[in-house]
Amino acid sequence: MGKRKKRLNKIILYIVIAAVGVVMVYPVIWMFLAAFKTNSEIFGSLKLLPGSWSPDAFIKGWQGTGKYTFGKYFINTFLIVVPTTLFTVGSCALVAYGFARFKFPGKKFLFAVLIATLMLPNTVIIIPRYTLFNKFGWLNTYLPFYVPALLACFPFFIYMLLQFMRGIPRELDESAYIDGCGTFRTFRSILFPLLKPAMFSAGLFQFLWTYNDFFNSLIYINSVDKYPLSLALRTAIDSDANVQWGQIMAMAFVSVLPLIILFFVAQKYFVEGIATSGLKG
Amino acid sequence: MKKKTKVKKYRRIDYMGLVYIAPWLLGFLLLQLYPFLSSLFYSFTDYQFFNEPSFVGLKNYIKLFTTDPEFYNSLKVTIVYTLYTVPGKLMMALFIAVLLNKNIKRIGLIRTIYYLPSLFGGSVAVAILWKLLFMDDGAINNILLTLHLPKVQWLGNSSTALMTICLLEIWQFGSSMVMFLAALKQVPASLYEAASLDGAGKVKSFFHITLPQISPIIFFNIIMQTITALQNFTSSFVVTGGGPNKGTYVLGMKLYTDAFTYFKMGYASATSWVIFGLILVVTLLLFRFSSGKVYYEDGGDF
Repeated sequence: MGKRKKRLNKIILYIVIAAVGVVMVYPVIWMFLAAFKTNSEIFGSLKLLPGSWSPDAFIKGWQGTGKYTFGKYFINTFLIVVPTTLFTVGSCALVAYGFARFKFPGKKFLFAVLIATLMLPNTVIIIPRYTLFNKFGWLNTYLPFYVPALLACFPFFIYMLLQFMRGIPRELDESAYIDGCGTFRTFRSILFPLLKPAMFSAGLFQFLWTYNDFFNSLIYINSVDKYPLSLALRTAIDSDANVQWGQIMAMAFVSVLPLIILFFVAQKYFVEGIATSGLKG
Repeated sequence: MKKKTKVKKYRRIDYMGLVYIAPWLLGFLLLQLYPFLSSLFYSFTDYQFFNEPSFVGLKNYIKLFTTDPEFYNSLKVTIVYTLYTVPGKLMMALFIAVLLNKNIKRIGLIRTIYYLPSLFGGSVAVAILWKLLFMDDGAINNILLTLHLPKVQWLGNSSTALMTICLLEIWQFGSSMVMFLAALKQVPASLYEAASLDGAGKVKSFFHITLPQISPIIFFNIIMQTITALQNFTSSFVVTGGGPNKGTYVLGMKLYTDAFTYFKMGYASATSWVIFGLILVVTLLLFRFSSGKVYYEDGGDF
């Protein structure tokens, strides 16, 4: 009796898990399959599978409607995302090192400030930032992405790396000092190798967020030759009346593909990053 | 003598810390503190990007709260959006995390599948996908038709359109779920054993053991998700364009339109401070409410 009930529970459990799982992946699979469909197949037809498997939508979509192909937008996206990610991780790791290992004057106060900025909403600083970058002549360049990254304006990652660094024994630093290493050399040769997994996690999330970011690109970038994928896709849907949705879905799918691949390759770091530091994805 | 030791407290090497945090300090002053204070200043001016801001007192705020027909609507839409998405997402995440916190085969694969939507965050690609799926003759309505259910005008009227956008956010519950799952693994099994010896059922031990034990992570999630939800922009902008009838015209979108379409930056700054005020009030209330309800292993000191 008890055994049978247990088994029934288990079956229900698996059904629920599978059902929710379908809801999770269905839209993504639908997006991929819609790339092979015509407009009339996308609307008003129930069939999940397309009538034909011609890769036309991918080819035509890639060529785009304007002057540039999606190749250009991909390159632009990576020109924004890769340096931003590297700068963020580098600067945040050094700042975390400063906070974790040195007892400089004013440290308590500055650390409290750092924690307070964790909750500072972007909305409230975006307008003056925009006018500031305008004064510097940085609008329509990628500097509004690079400079905040270089200046470690991402308290989340500082905090995350700091917590990780606290777990590394200080004796390691001390012994490096005794061997005559300077502080930077100590960081580079002792802490950096141990910090790599945490830096990798932080980098993954910064990559993901910058890659998906729309608002900043929307306000800072205004010429098509500098458009990242997000802006190119957004323009594609309201450019002309008879939108070929198959092509749009093809490009939407291609644009999220790097994220999917990255996730499968580096899954361990994602899960650890979220689980240990409370990052939101 | 005493004074001397106090001066000596800092070794030369300690000052190196300041060198390492210098980039952050500069970034904080230039790109966080200065914009923070100037947006407060702008909100009391008639700044329109091309003019020198001149002080107008409370005029922007008075206009927001008395004559602007959009403002209360946007405020309402934003609050409703937050009230749907934050509890919806977190309850879903917790429910699934509890289900998965058993000896289940292929947990890795399941976790991967559930996490997948969270990868896309606020990306335009997924917003477009959502728009397409929920169109009148789109895939979702076709599924409803085959199940002999009535069609829903997902994007056609203002309240369902808001729901549709909320669904996009709730769909991405995977990252919270992974956090909850990690927290659940930390709950000592001995507590459950003791409870079951005392005759507590599953429901009882969920409310008296599981929830209190993982309350810090739930609390953290509520705060972070609320801050994000109150600033929502992309899904309204791409999926519905704020419509229909401004039914999804969240404060974030109002701010964008005022500031970057009409360049009414002083006025938009006032809106941004309303959002900030909202975040502040909600956060303080949550902290207030949670005191005594959130359980910390170390008594809260660290």
